[in-house]
Amino acid sequence: MALSKIMQIYLPIAEVSVNAFLLLGLGGMVGILSGMFGVGGGFLMTPLLFFIGIPPAVAVATEANQIVASSFSGVLAHLKRKTVDLKMGTVLLTGGLIGAALGVVVFNYLKSQGQVDLLVRLCYVVFLGVIGSLMFVESLNAIRKSRNNAAPAKRKKHNWVHGLPLKMRFRVSGLYISVIPPVMVGILVGILSAIMGVGGGFIMVPAMIYLLGMPTKVVVGTSLFQIIFVTGFTTLLHATTNYTVDIALAVLLLVGGVIGAQIGTRLGTYLKAEQLRILLALLVMLVCGKLALDLLIEPSELFSIGAAGGH
Amino acid sequence: MRFLALCLSLIATSLASEEVVLGLSQDQVAITTNFDGSEILLFGAVKREAPIPEEPLDVVIAVSGPSGPLTVRRKERKFGIWVNTDAVEIDAAPSFYAVATSAPFTEAISNVEDQRHKVSIPRAIRSVGAPMDVEDAQAFSEAVIRIRTAEGAYQLHENAVQVDQQTLFRTSIKMPANLTEGDYPTRIFLTRNGQVVSQFETMINVNKVGLERWLFDLSRNQPLIYGLMSLAIAIAAGWLASAAFQVLRRN
Repeated sequence: MALSKIMQIYLPIAEVSVNAFLLLGLGGMVGILSGMFGVGGGFLMTPLLFFIGIPPAVAVATEANQIVASSFSGVLAHLKRKTVDLKMGTVLLTGGLIGAALGVVVFNYLKSQGQVDLLVRLCYVVFLGVIGSLMFVESLNAIRKSRNNAAPAKRKKHNWVHGLPLKMRFRVSGLYISVIPPVMVGILVGILSAIMGVGGGFIMVPAMIYLLGMPTKVVVGTSLFQIIFVTGFTTLLHATTNYTVDIALAVLLLVGGVIGAQIGTRLGTYLKAEQLRILLALLVMLVCGKLALDLLIEPSELFSIGAAGGH
Repeated sequence: MRFLALCLSLIATSLASEEVVLGLSQDQVAITTNFDGSEILLFGAVKREAPIPEEPLDVVIAVSGPSGPLTVRRKERKFGIWVNTDAVEIDAAPSFYAVATSAPFTEAISNVEDQRHKVSIPRAIRSVGAPMDVEDAQAFSEAVIRIRTAEGAYQLHENAVQVDQQTLFRTSIKMPANLTEGDYPTRIFLTRNGQVVSQFETMINVNKVGLERWLFDLSRNQPLIYGLMSLAIAIAAGWLASAAFQVLRRN
């Protein structure tokens, strides 16, 4: 009884009382995944925070702040191993910031039209579903191929991406491509991250592998590098316009998160790239399935209470 | 005839001269970092000049949190998925509301008196204008009560006020951990036969203190500094964890 009282903490902005160890645990779990796969983990953490009773607006904003911490911790580990393409990261970031600003405009437009909640959910289901299944199939094929002829599958093939102007050399990635596709990818991810309240790593990672043809080893670190800045920007936007960043919640999540990210980064080195991708694909499809079921199955409570004027 | 008049005047004065003297275990609720709810003991006595009337005395106590407007949405199946369709604005609903009575609610206070003083939970919620296209607007305020009762924010405790010798009364109200800041108007009604004979009102103040207070104020008054501080903490924590693991690996 005394212990459970100590573990309980009142969050000043969210105005709810939650168990501190639960938050540390959640942060740690998501941190491990973030370090392993180079995803911020927002697509997992945000729904989990809803589930334990944090108001959605606070969950989305605070999650952005937490992602900054776990990504920063992760990127330092990757910098040591020289698996960050800073040049590519900067190009992606340029697009990302433009996209985030556009995303906020799109988000406010959707809000004025109502149904923003549903659109966000549908976004999740569609994107997670498509990306998850694509990655799953591709990784299975890669594993099968490497078993058959022992040689690792080569993914460096020439497609339309290589025919565009404004070429630039990305030494770390071993690429000589146009800057247009990475900027476009950055913008797309920026828009989605502003709308969905996530870092966007789960879209960025596959886009870098399949669209830009970057080596898997560099992809994770570069994605984390870019995510730091986009989520940092988002945190500031939320803090100054909606006052929804709960620093107490963020600290608890990020203490667990940064430790988890360090463990995750090391765990990642023990796995083969194909195995890593197939695990991420399964995870993405699992979250997608859960969200899809929520939309399809009749909820036990048909009514929901929201802030006034929010429709 | 004179006797009857005397009786009437006696009843009249006794009705008016019953007064509540209230004590609270605390009239300040401080929300600290490890706040996880609070139990407030309300106790008091009935002060009267005249002898105790025959009719038994009932006590009704209502504690209300700060009130604010809400939007309630209802889901419906459209194209195979559940989406929000109808929405109703509730003009004012308290964030917290607890009613305790010394008898079953309908016996303790009559419907007319409830309507006048807005004591029961459904009456505490004010909803004036529902859109014309929503037919069963009532269902929306019922939903607010159902959801908030399930969360422990709305409470009805019948027979929870103990009354001794028609003079002393006491009860306790449990306030949940998810309290909103503000003034909590607390009303005490003395009733006879369902009629309110006396009423008393006081305030319980719920406030964040210490670190909670400081962080909350900073986030509202200096949002940019608050945001930058959040980022600085995040980056420092990320760097610290990385450095700590580096040391661990070397050893």
